[in-house]
Amino acid sequence: MLESYLRERLQNRDILLMTHIVLGYPSFEDSYQIVKAMVEGGVDLMELQIPFSEPMADGPVILRANQEALARGAKVRQCLEFAEQVCSEFSIPFLFMTYYNIIYKHGVEAFAQNMAHSGIRGAIIPDLPPEEGKECLEAMERHRLAPIFIFSPSTSLERMRTLASLTKGFVYCVARTGVTGAQTSFSQDLQDYLKRCRSATSLPLALGFGVKDRADMDFLTGKVDIAVIGTQTIRLIEEKGVEAVGDFIAGLR
Amino acid sequence: MHDRGYYEAFGGAFIPEVLSATFDELEEAFRSARNDPRFWKEYETLMSTYSCRPTPLTFVGNLTEHLGGARIYVKREDLNHTGAHKANNVMGQGLLVKRMGKKRVIAETGAGQHGVATATMAARFGFDCTIYMGEVDVERQRPNVFWMERLGAQVIPVREGTRILKDAINEAFRDWVTHMETTHYVLGTACGPHPFPEMVSYFQSIVGEEAREQILEQEGRLPARVYACVGGGSNALGIFHGFMNDGVELVGVEAGGKGLRSGLHASRLCSPDASIGVAQGYKTYFLQDSDGQMRETHSVAAGLDYVGVSPILAALKHRGRVRFEAATDEEVIQALALTVRKEGLIPALESAHAFVQAFKEAPLLSKNDIVLINQSGRGDKDIFTIADAFGDPEWQQFIMDKGEKYRA
Repeated sequence: MLESYLRERLQNRDILLMTHIVLGYPSFEDSYQIVKAMVEGGVDLMELQIPFSEPMADGPVILRANQEALARGAKVRQCLEFAEQVCSEFSIPFLFMTYYNIIYKHGVEAFAQNMAHSGIRGAIIPDLPPEEGKECLEAMERHRLAPIFIFSPSTSLERMRTLASLTKGFVYCVARTGVTGAQTSFSQDLQDYLKRCRSATSLPLALGFGVKDRADMDFLTGKVDIAVIGTQTIRLIEEKGVEAVGDFIAGLR
Repeated sequence: MHDRGYYEAFGGAFIPEVLSATFDELEEAFRSARNDPRFWKEYETLMSTYSCRPTPLTFVGNLTEHLGGARIYVKREDLNHTGAHKANNVMGQGLLVKRMGKKRVIAETGAGQHGVATATMAARFGFDCTIYMGEVDVERQRPNVFWMERLGAQVIPVREGTRILKDAINEAFRDWVTHMETTHYVLGTACGPHPFPEMVSYFQSIVGEEAREQILEQEGRLPARVYACVGGGSNALGIFHGFMNDGVELVGVEAGGKGLRSGLHASRLCSPDASIGVAQGYKTYFLQDSDGQMRETHSVAAGLDYVGVSPILAALKHRGRVRFEAATDEEVIQALALTVRKEGLIPALESAHAFVQAFKEAPLLSKNDIVLINQSGRGDKDIFTIADAFGDPEWQQFIMDKGEKYRA
């Protein structure tokens, strides 16, 4: 189970690190090298984003990575094969992150079955609120997959409790309103919000949106269980190449 | 949100968690406005004093004679302020924004029609205004950009994706998730997450209400068929609303572009290139590939050049209540030319799609039948696009001469 893995990991580490990549960006070969470097650098779990042409919750950096991957011909089938490969080669848990249309078009049951078959542990689907997610949640349940729901600063405590009751493994807290990749101020407001998240659930909390360096990780230590780095590694790859990933991750641990 | 806004299997609200509270607030504001009789009165007063409501219903005798069949009437949404039915929705949402106490509006625009209408509303109500417009559209619709900027709006060219309408919608959502406290997103058509489809068609229903009353007044009976072009679907839903419970055949006409078999069209409801999917916050027919990636679309009319379609129309198709057809770019130019020449009416390229289908069918109907076409917008202000569509050499020469003068 995802939750027990995280709890076990947390016995030895103050804070876990989850990273995010867009599959097929810059290429599937590069995606593989990035995963390898990240796992070797000590990443605890990873989100693999299946590219979509309309990623409405993503900011410009991840948006462009989605488009580039698609322009280079990335297909859902390749993403599933890629997932199967990395899940068998590396021992950390991998999650899919994608938009609902990818799953819906593939067939919800077939997609869940393929996820389970490839060894993927769960999925983050930012445009699938629980109210729309019945079919998907049931399919994931059948295949013992963890749906990861999201808290935002505008989520009421009552709604947090509902979301937490449906989430398995951990809750993904977005640090602020807006899209991925913009500046987040690690402030008192954020601490208050995290306290509210904590009071809504006993599940581990992950915090993403704007986490970019060691200082942010230090700030989050003791406040959440998992720090999520997404956009920052894509920026790094664009500026310094795939080779820079290993050192960057090692520097965070 | 209690009501998820489903029409048969279509619609819903597939929204990121961060917008959840904003949609609750919007739904509540719309509900309370709708239940307040004063709100609709205020809306009607605004539309009759600031825009041109009720818009006339025009009998087009020359076309009727020329085609030799049914008597043809045209609902004149082109006579709205800013030149299209878009004003109905925009002014209505503007009143709603006032009720919500927000100070900033954002909108997407394709052809620029909805952008100009929103910028106009913002100027009138004193709101800050940002318009997202695909870079491709900014290039082909400069006159509309010019007016939006004069009206005080900031126009942001969208360089992501295919750089057209759908990308502008994504970008507007990105703005909204960042600024939802102060900002309302004035979605331009009956698409997107609930409550937008319901809300937009509510404001547009004024078109059909008037048209029904007017045809009864002028002819003492209902039309056999009503034609409207379908991009997102708001003008079609507006006019259809008036005849939904009558035995009137409703016909929606999509952009057939270069032909349904060319791959270059925007037909979601008549073409096998479309299938049911979820994007931009709602479930409907989208032009997409087998992986669920959205396809590129094409139409001579930028306002119809969109991958999705109103979930309400998708449901009406499933129920068999509305028939859908497609008109090609070429047919559209011919119908437009004929209408201008015979009646002195200048429909927008979008609206001309509805004329194409009506012209095909009117001769086959009896002279006692009536057909009604919704002229959703006027074409004369899109002179650059229409002159290009006609390939007018003297216009081209004029532009080149003008260019020379600017260069000097």
